[in-house]
Amino acid sequence: MISIDEVQHIAKLARLELGKEEVEKMQKDMSAILDYFNLLKKAPKPKALLEKKGNTSSLREDETKQRSASTAEKIIASFPDKKDGYIKVKNIF
Amino acid sequence: MELTELTITQAHKGLKNKEFTSVDLTKAYLGKIKKSDLNTFISVTEDLALQQAEQADKKIASGNFDELTGVPCAIKDAIMVEGQKCTAGSKILENYLAPYDATVIKKMKEKGVVILGKTNLDEFAMGGSGENSAYGVTKNPHDKTRVAGGSSSGSAAAVADNLACYSLGSDTGGSIRLPASFCGVVGLKPTYGAVSRYGLIPFGSSLDQIGPMTKNVEDAKIVFKSICGKDPADATSINYNFEEASENIKSLKIGIPKEYFTKGLDKNVEKIVKSVIKKVENAGAEIVEINLPSTEFALACYYIIAPSEASANLARFDGIKYGLSEEGRDLLDVYQKSRGHGFGAEVKRRIMIGSYALSSGYYDAYYKKAQEVRQLIKQDFAKAFEKVDLIFCPVSPVPAVKIGERTQDPLSMYLMDVYTVSVNLVGLPGLSLPVGRVGDLPVGLQIIGNHFQENRILSVGLWIEKN
Repeated sequence: MISIDEVQHIAKLARLELGKEEVEKMQKDMSAILDYFNLLKKAPKPKALLEKKGNTSSLREDETKQRSASTAEKIIASFPDKKDGYIKVKNIF
Repeated sequence: MELTELTITQAHKGLKNKEFTSVDLTKAYLGKIKKSDLNTFISVTEDLALQQAEQADKKIASGNFDELTGVPCAIKDAIMVEGQKCTAGSKILENYLAPYDATVIKKMKEKGVVILGKTNLDEFAMGGSGENSAYGVTKNPHDKTRVAGGSSSGSAAAVADNLACYSLGSDTGGSIRLPASFCGVVGLKPTYGAVSRYGLIPFGSSLDQIGPMTKNVEDAKIVFKSICGKDPADATSINYNFEEASENIKSLKIGIPKEYFTKGLDKNVEKIVKSVIKKVENAGAEIVEINLPSTEFALACYYIIAPSEASANLARFDGIKYGLSEEGRDLLDVYQKSRGHGFGAEVKRRIMIGSYALSSGYYDAYYKKAQEVRQLIKQDFAKAFEKVDLIFCPVSPVPAVKIGERTQDPLSMYLMDVYTVSVNLVGLPGLSLPVGRVGDLPVGLQIIGNHFQENRILSVGLWIEKN
């Protein structure tokens, strides 16, 4: 069983505010799910790593691409808080 | 026959022969959507649809058009359509307007499609029943007291109830195939890399694929061919040359995984799936029992990997760049409050599980172990495909469940994905094909192929559909 403290610690890492009831429900649900994961302890170690098949991903050149000004405007329009086309955030220090 | 009952092929023929226009078709669907009470759409893009229909009619008049031109479709609300709301089924994106088109949408717009609206889904595509949507559950058109399946709930229900000619869904652990099975439509989850993911709001990036949901197999092929291929904006996409296949049933070897026909599988579902296997056998196919020994670990493996990737992917929703933003004392407080208030219970649960599995001290026991097990599952399928051409199995152990039946117990909900998650872990293509009913409720057969063998799956699917 995962402890309330652990739930709160993970919630902080995940940047999630959880109410008291949510923490309790989360403790119950996470404990049941993590118990189920114990099944994997039975699984053998894979003998060899398979060659990658079906995923032939490759890296592309790291280059900038011109996008239309209207795309930029749309992205800026969705900032919750902005000034002169920049994102505005709370003071960090 | 009503206009809204037509398949893509039939609608195309009618448009070509000038029996009706794209505007006629579009208005017929929009009229039906307005009357529907299934909660299929999160937003109806009426203005866009009518404008696209008019353009399509011009394109058709010019003679330069193809099968999708002027045919109205619905898009899962996790796929971005420029200028339209894209909520991903979440309150955190309630007012978010997509700044650009997903690559699949760009491709479809070039063909002159008509987009009727954005369909309902489990929040961030996390769920098998559609009940995790912040905008309410999508009802099953065959029984309104039951779920449509998830996460592409609205995309499946819309096609089943003739509210769109076809739709796009996305599949991370069964999210196209499961609702297709519950609603009685065809759903194709393509090979990982076959279709660009650019512009799909991500859930599990090593698992997600966009795919078609249609009235029949031929339509699934038409849509798949239109959206597949390499996209410079998605490094995991590949050059895909779809080659027509015409499988001879007599020379086919069909694998039946022993581990998939055990405890937990509804007897009626089993009977229907086995009757299709018998039919194919009678037609001359060789039926081979195969073993996928790591099957018992697949669900646990998936429910570590998918939430781990989700916890990283969903870090972008912080109340700063877009979406819901709550007031806070400092930056950390803004993050915590925006995410705490914006995300629903299941999304929070998965972020928590993923963060836990990736956190210091637990990484080896959970995430690393799950990646090892993923290798075992890959090896199982690689071995199976040395012996057989395709694998047949159920999509879901049960037909559509009652609304509310499994919401209290997350694990019981996860169990509905037991036959679908392995396909995503391995990156294989899988088709859900309606093959029978338990009472009013449709049952899907799952046809799994080797990587990039959509053509074989579709060819055999077509044969089963006709026979």
